[in-house]
Amino acid sequence: MASQQKGRASVFYDPKIRGIFFQAVLFFALAAFVWWIADNTIANLRRAHIASGFGFLNGRAGFDVSDALIPYSSDSTMARALLVGLLNTLLVAVTGIVTATIVGFLVGIGRLARNWLVRQICTIYIEIFRNIPPLLVIFFWYLGVLSVLPSPRNSIRLPFDMYLNSRGFYMPAPIWGEGAWLAGAGLLAGVLLAFIVARWARQRQMATGRRFPVLWASIALIVGLPLAAFALTGFPLSFDVPKASIFNLTGGIQVKPEFLSLYLALSFYTAAFIAEIVRAGILGVDKGQTEAAYSLGLTPGPTLRLVIVPQALRIIVPPLTSQYLNLTKNTSLAVAIGYADLVAIGGTILNQTGQAVEIVAIWMVVYLGISLAVSVLMNWFNARTALKDK
Amino acid sequence: MQEHDLTFVRAEMAVAEAPPRSGQGFIGWIRKNLFASIGDTILTLLGVALVALIVPPLADWLFLHAQWTGTDRTFCATKAQGGIHPDGWSGACWAFVGQKFQQFLYGRYPVGERWRVDLVGALFIVLLASLLIPRVPRKGLNALLFFVVYPVISFFLLLGGRFGLTHVETPLWGGLMVTLILSFVGIVASFPMGILLALGRRSRLPIVKGVCVAFIEIVRGVPLVTVLFMASVMLPLFLPPGTTFDKLLRALVGVSIFAGAYMAEVIRGGLQAIPRGQYDGADSLGLSYWQKMGLIVLPQAVKLIIPGIVNEFIGLFKDTTLVYIIGMFDLLGIVTQNFSDSNWASPQTPLSGLVFAGFVYWCFCFAMSRYSQFIERRLDRDRKR
Repeated sequence: MASQQKGRASVFYDPKIRGIFFQAVLFFALAAFVWWIADNTIANLRRAHIASGFGFLNGRAGFDVSDALIPYSSDSTMARALLVGLLNTLLVAVTGIVTATIVGFLVGIGRLARNWLVRQICTIYIEIFRNIPPLLVIFFWYLGVLSVLPSPRNSIRLPFDMYLNSRGFYMPAPIWGEGAWLAGAGLLAGVLLAFIVARWARQRQMATGRRFPVLWASIALIVGLPLAAFALTGFPLSFDVPKASIFNLTGGIQVKPEFLSLYLALSFYTAAFIAEIVRAGILGVDKGQTEAAYSLGLTPGPTLRLVIVPQALRIIVPPLTSQYLNLTKNTSLAVAIGYADLVAIGGTILNQTGQAVEIVAIWMVVYLGISLAVSVLMNWFNARTALKDK
Repeated sequence: MQEHDLTFVRAEMAVAEAPPRSGQGFIGWIRKNLFASIGDTILTLLGVALVALIVPPLADWLFLHAQWTGTDRTFCATKAQGGIHPDGWSGACWAFVGQKFQQFLYGRYPVGERWRVDLVGALFIVLLASLLIPRVPRKGLNALLFFVVYPVISFFLLLGGRFGLTHVETPLWGGLMVTLILSFVGIVASFPMGILLALGRRSRLPIVKGVCVAFIEIVRGVPLVTVLFMASVMLPLFLPPGTTFDKLLRALVGVSIFAGAYMAEVIRGGLQAIPRGQYDGADSLGLSYWQKMGLIVLPQAVKLIIPGIVNEFIGLFKDTTLVYIIGMFDLLGIVTQNFSDSNWASPQTPLSGLVFAGFVYWCFCFAMSRYSQFIERRLDRDRKR
């Protein structure tokens, strides 16, 4: 009996107790590590006479930001400066994502085209841009192309009163007159009506099998309603055209070379990756699906739209999400060319005040927040397109 | 009754007719691949226009009008800019790249000591080549040499200060050398870190899992620039007062942390791809957790994810350019820094330097991605067998 008692696993070998033990060790080691870091940090900060806390955000910024989307001057608070940076980050991210998606889908489909020349051009594009660091592409546009453009006096003139010179890209600025809001309202109403029409058409097709040209109706609604509202109010729109003065162009909208380089580089860089994702997604749909669709009598157009794309999207969306996040994170490269994004402005404040911990914390919270928001959005989209097992 | 006595039975096959001319050979290929339909024809014409628009000026700039030799900026500037070329000239300034080539490779590493860098580079190539070519035997020993012995040797060779070698401070390092060091250390450090994090993330112990998930997700959720900033600004704050910290080391810490988190996700993918039976089999043999992972699961998982690791490495290689932002001079950094050399400032210099740097990065990344495809095909073949 006694020997059997001995044969039982001792407490020492119980996986549960071992697990708890190791976790306790890890926990206390980590806690000690964090405490040690915090202690050192406090000692270091005290020696450098830096007050910790976020109070510095209410202080006067004292530096200028050349491209602010909201009213900002050097007398504004540091918090407002950071907000300016965040808006610039979001601006580059959103415009970049839209452009990269369009270019990426075109190139990805181009790589699968029957046309040999188109296929080769798309392949070369992808192989070049995928294998070059994005920072180098940014420098390429900024130092190599945009900064060696002619001076404002010899601007390159483009159609529609647009100009290109070493200070950026100039285009006419629209000036909305009285009643222009009606056009905006028309657009909103058009989008809403298009949604309703699409729902009604789907229900009718389900019930009767008769189809309705939803696409054309939606386009007519979305384009037609604002145009009609616009015409009714007597075209309340004029343009502020950039004009050449002695040393510079005045008027119009100026797009700074910093923004332009960042936007172009990130869009074209990310587009190469999106193209590969799109290609893999389309190739991932079994050929039998196409053949089955043809044998049901669908023509190539509807086959693509109703059979292939919905299935390809399932494969495309998850990696596409991570590319969107990559692009958003890569906007932080702005700091290398002095575009005032969140990291660049944070860096300036960090150098001025020495509040390293707080600034890094703000960066992390903001980027993690953006990542989380994009993930949630794309997961929702993914859940919608995902395969529904019956 | 009708009689059918005039029967015809073919005794020999008719000679096959040649397919129509238009569907064959060069012309047939063109019809099929370029002008199959009206839309295709339009696309082809647009493509030809695009190529005609881009390629001739590019070839002119890169080769025909390029300045290959020279000692200062006058060779790469037009008369109006104080140079030797006629006005309106535009061509690559390869003279600039040629003159600065050594600097692009070694940074400001002392000229007399550069043989040490060359030696480290030669060792790197020999060990890496024998590791990458599947036919060379003794992969285990090779990996041990490459990932454990080689870094130690390189450390003493590059830094010096011992064994009669003069000490070379890290601020003097630069160029392609720093790019390769950052990528190599990043990948070597990230691998064990990634394995631990991935195992932790799949662990059943809640605290271990929580810590690993938090670390991985936080690092992957923020840009590398902020991680580097953190390493360069906050590391000195975290350590006891008075500790000085090498700038290169800070960058290495930042890059390794970043690469480790990404590597963990790649390895997790590999761990998930191993069938459950392998885990159960190891358990039923009475292996401990570490034996199970080290002897059964990880060897199979790592083999599966070699392409993923190479892809991760390509990303890391491109990401090392970001150390420029915290004031270090890797290849891209040193090329960019040289644009402000007044001896070479001309409108053509930046573009030439960047095209050169881009070409170097491209060669490395393209070679790596081709290697990853090769391994992928090989693995596919092994699996099908």
